[in-house]
Amino acid sequence: MKIDFTHKQTAHCENGVVSNLMTYNGHPVSEPMVFGIGSGLLYCFIPVLKVNHAPAITYRVMPGQIFKKFAKRVGIKIKKEKFKNPKEAKARLDENLAKNNPVGLQVGVYNLTYFPDEYRFHFNAHNLVVYVKKENTYLISDPIMEEVTSLTEKELEKVRFAKGAFAPKGHIYYPIDFPEKLDLENAIKKGINHTCKDMLAPIPILGVRGIKYVANLIRKWPKKHGVKKANHYLGQIVRMQEEIGTGGGGFRYIFAAFLQESSKILNNDKLADLSKEMTEIGDLWRDFALNASRIYKNRKALQDSYESVAAQLAEISDREKVFFTKLKKAIK
Amino acid sequence: MKKEEVPQDKSNLESAHFKELCYAVDEDGNYVTKNSTGWDPKTIALDNAIQEINDRVEASKQRVLNGESSPIEYYMELNKMDVPILSSYVEMWSWRVKRHFKPSVFNKLSDKILNKYAAIFEISIADLKQIKE
Repeated sequence: MKIDFTHKQTAHCENGVVSNLMTYNGHPVSEPMVFGIGSGLLYCFIPVLKVNHAPAITYRVMPGQIFKKFAKRVGIKIKKEKFKNPKEAKARLDENLAKNNPVGLQVGVYNLTYFPDEYRFHFNAHNLVVYVKKENTYLISDPIMEEVTSLTEKELEKVRFAKGAFAPKGHIYYPIDFPEKLDLENAIKKGINHTCKDMLAPIPILGVRGIKYVANLIRKWPKKHGVKKANHYLGQIVRMQEEIGTGGGGFRYIFAAFLQESSKILNNDKLADLSKEMTEIGDLWRDFALNASRIYKNRKALQDSYESVAAQLAEISDREKVFFTKLKKAIK
Repeated sequence: MKKEEVPQDKSNLESAHFKELCYAVDEDGNYVTKNSTGWDPKTIALDNAIQEINDRVEASKQRVLNGESSPIEYYMELNKMDVPILSSYVEMWSWRVKRHFKPSVFNKLSDKILNKYAAIFEISIADLKQIKE
């Protein structure tokens, strides 16, 4: 049995799965398009959720939301299922593969045997495509890997039924219905609008206000928690911002790529200019990461150095506030 | 970020022949993708996080050897878990899992319960009862 599935490496797993599945089904869409239309960009500080014993910050929307919004906006239908019983989950997967239908799966990272050891944490919102079964082995297109890989039945069951926060519960999904032509123009506008609304939301831990909130926290960390913990927290921020999948700069570069592509589709020069501006902001995020790393590298903490990275972050918040206000107007 | 600025630092990705994808602009200002072997600010943060985990593992081991905690806590740390994650794997309330950290409670656990933990940690009951120095 041969199937014409093309694996393309992407920065982020969810975008990548959608992009690769769309391409397989005859509607090629780039990763930035999926990310932008699905309103993937976000900034949210979640103090109650601890990741690796530090407060969590997310630079993207909740897992699954990108695909959900993307599908709704371009007019495709997706079939989604979760399972209690691993046997049923496997049966549904095999059924689809027998029909030559590649599917997306949500999995836990900890038991993904092909991942570098250092990256195997209990993180359950990873996505990949299974496109063929050969005897007892599944061929896997993991969007963040350069090449396709494989997992045995047992290995796949383990990652599909990982436990903890965002437990995948065998989550399987695939597109089932496509319009004749994707309505990209309107979808882009809706995607941009939604992102602007999120980033400018009047909620202290969300969007540009959230960035400023965290900047103020950073100033207080060394006094409040001591140097060791403050450095650990700062390191976590950089890890979440620059983790594999963000494409660099906490998804800002992917978003800029989306604006560039959109400016051509919508014939809107303002978006091309805003793309350049977003690239500059992305560079500021990288500078922030670099300076933060100087603090936790040396493990010496001067109050001054915390002040200066906090100021950098506050500046990013101001820049993004101006940016998203302009972006909102640009597509009116 | 410009295409030629995509960092190519040495990192832990190398051992797995793994490169990550970054977005950057080329000479004409167009967005392209380029693979990166790693970036120092990230690598340092990851190394620190791993060091932190190793410290936690070591500290829990000492607590077990001193008779202050049960091996369940040690194996939990070794598997990079925390109490909420472990309790969802063994399908017990977290207060119950925490209670099993007490050596006096742990010593009286039935094989059925011990087996649950051993299966999750992928070790034998004998290994669960006795951690290696």
